Amino acid sequence: MNSARENRSPDAIESLRTEELMINMGPQHPSTHGVLRLVIRTDGELVSEAWPHIGYLHRSFEKIGESVNYNQVVPYTDRLDYLASMNNALAYCLAVERLAAIEVPLRAAYLRVIMAELNRIASHLVAFGTYALDLGAFTPFLYGFREREDILAIFEQASGARLLYHYPRIGGVARDIGPDTVQAIRRFITVMRAAWPEYNALLSNNAIFIKRTANVGIVPRAQAIAHGLTGPCLRGSGISYDVRKAHPYSHYEDFTFAIPVGEGKMGTLGDCWDRYWVRMVEILESLKIIEQALDGLPQGPFLAKLPRTVKVPAGEVYVPCENPRGELGFYLVAQGKPQAMRLKVRAPSFCNLSITNALARGVLVADVVAIIGSIDIVLGEVDR
Amino acid sequence: MHSVIEEIQRFSPGALFWPLHSEWAWLVYALAFACCAALALAWMAVMAMAWTYGERKIAGFIQGRIGPNRVGPWGLLQPIADGIKLLAKEDVIPRISSRVLYVLAPALVFIGALLPFAALPFSERLVPVDMELALLYILAFEAIEVIGILMAGWAPGSKWSLYGGMRLAAQMLSYEIPMGLCVLVIVLLCGSLDFTEIVAWQSTTAWGLEHPWILGWAIFRSPAALLAFFIFYIGGLAATKRAPFDLPEAESELVAGYHTEYSGMRFAFFFMAEYASMYVICALCAILFLGGWHGPLPVPSVPDGATITGRWLEFTGSLDAADKAPLLRLAAASFELFQDPQSMRIMLREAIGAVNMLGKSFALYFIMIWVRWTLPRIRIDQVMYLCLKVLLPFALGCVVWTMIQVALFP
Repeated sequence: MNSARENRSPDAIESLRTEELMINMGPQHPSTHGVLRLVIRTDGELVSEAWPHIGYLHRSFEKIGESVNYNQVVPYTDRLDYLASMNNALAYCLAVERLAAIEVPLRAAYLRVIMAELNRIASHLVAFGTYALDLGAFTPFLYGFREREDILAIFEQASGARLLYHYPRIGGVARDIGPDTVQAIRRFITVMRAAWPEYNALLSNNAIFIKRTANVGIVPRAQAIAHGLTGPCLRGSGISYDVRKAHPYSHYEDFTFAIPVGEGKMGTLGDCWDRYWVRMVEILESLKIIEQALDGLPQGPFLAKLPRTVKVPAGEVYVPCENPRGELGFYLVAQGKPQAMRLKVRAPSFCNLSITNALARGVLVADVVAIIGSIDIVLGEVDR
Repeated sequence: MHSVIEEIQRFSPGALFWPLHSEWAWLVYALAFACCAALALAWMAVMAMAWTYGERKIAGFIQGRIGPNRVGPWGLLQPIADGIKLLAKEDVIPRISSRVLYVLAPALVFIGALLPFAALPFSERLVPVDMELALLYILAFEAIEVIGILMAGWAPGSKWSLYGGMRLAAQMLSYEIPMGLCVLVIVLLCGSLDFTEIVAWQSTTAWGLEHPWILGWAIFRSPAALLAFFIFYIGGLAATKRAPFDLPEAESELVAGYHTEYSGMRFAFFFMAEYASMYVICALCAILFLGGWHGPLPVPSVPDGATITGRWLEFTGSLDAADKAPLLRLAAASFELFQDPQSMRIMLREAIGAVNMLGKSFALYFIMIWVRWTLPRIRIDQVMYLCLKVLLPFALGCVVWTMIQVALFP
């Protein structure tokens, strides 16, 4: 009996030893926003490390971009950040146009701005809804999609598609919009302005939501720059950098709008709530831009006269654009052929995702979800 | 003591033409119990299914959409379609699971959710089993459900399930204590664990009124009870794992928590158990704090000791037994019952009581659904903080207040 106990005691101690748990979050998981895979090392609920593993949605976009003609790349760009197809195509078209020195008609530039800003709102509405989903609130998701539906109807009128529009083309846009579309956009602006306070009452100012997001996933200014964050993630840390202001493109300099930045209103500067709030305020700023663009929408052609195959002289160019998720840049190297020699995408989601591990150290599993959601990634763009 | 079981014991044909001291008496009792159990099970299942439909419709209304509307009129048959689907699904048992625990867990959860229904009254006399320790009994079986879920968290060998189980353990330790203290407030005030007496206390003299109507409810009698009601209800949300306390099954974090690996009917058991225990909590809230079957609809009074069976036995006795077959005699007595004003009054009293009771329970049930579709989820440390550092001191304060109140103004 005694000896048995003696024999058992080291075993008992052995069995009491705790070990860290490695868990696979994704690629099939409700809140990794697609097929992101996080390998998380946890001690109970406490996360010590979270490595993002990517590549599950890799479609060789850059290689395709080097093997088809310039015009043919545009529909592929729609599939990068599929929640902001207009913005992607706009950025690519701008890059080709700058390289080929193509003059875009003013009406086309304004139409592009209107569509890009509408798509920014649509994208932020999805971000709003999915972030609420991540935190366990289902209803804001449907509220966001209710307003997004109006935008999709407008896009459908303009381009014929609801998700992958192929609307901006090299030299302009695919189709002009009619007065009914203009009216629909104006109606949407009033609807959106009325719905915005509703969102805040439902989610932004909700005590539980604030408790879950304020002081969680804090990104100090220096760290935000060090990790190359852009877009709302950078501005959430209080840095007022927006490509639309810093390097205006597509006549953004014609419009007055503010750059919302995080202020640490509910917690610390650069926390999840700040990033979320920047997106919410950006919706209002985008509405302002759309309003101005509609008021000043000039008459004229919507597509520059170009040959069927765009002639791009040898050279290289990098054009950054402000996407809903940050700075989307297209780096193009041309050798005078119908195809680009090199196409490189600087994807904002990809760069923003790099901060995950730094933020996920020492937080709870639930906070990892809150952090990933606040970075707001789209895997189509991360993996390309 | 007028529980359905006892009524059936007296009511059973055995009382008339099947002597209860015969060797077959046990069969009568067994049948009576089986009927009661079947009724409780049916009520639980039907109500849980109806509320899954209700929840989806209400969620649709809250979210500006329609909700189920394909199966049957207004989608009313949707829960049945769902049930058939779940029955037809493959029952997956992971190879690495602890098989016995895995199979046992949903059963235990379901039993834990079902057994409280034995003591849950609809009205004063419409109660399957009228026991003196009904309150203790229900709280105990609510806790049994937790063991089943802990088993479900451990058995499949899935890490997500394990997290769900761990969270539930932490959550249970947090909400059980303030909830228990809140119950104590009522027990102290009326001095009984018997629902009949708790409700009787809430319908007697209060605020100087002999018939206090809703002013007799516990929440209007003492500020401590009012506070205890809110704490109990919040604790109840946590006990039924409803948002914002749905951490053990937090979809966006733990995939599905403890029931990640369960499929088909085993999953349906967890699902039904959740809806059933929601009703148990709401009914408890209604009985303890909102007067149970007393008010807001006024309940007609009947003489003490008058029961339907009593009247019925009187009628059977008064009928001429010589020239009628026993069954005809029974039928005649039953017919007589419906023409008797006193019996009708008793029935009306029970019916109105049931409307009161179900109305209040379902209103609380609706609020649970409303909360779920409005609020985000709390984090586990915040749940523990809320329960142990906010609710617990307040609940303790309620108990102390009540103790002083009972001691000074008995």
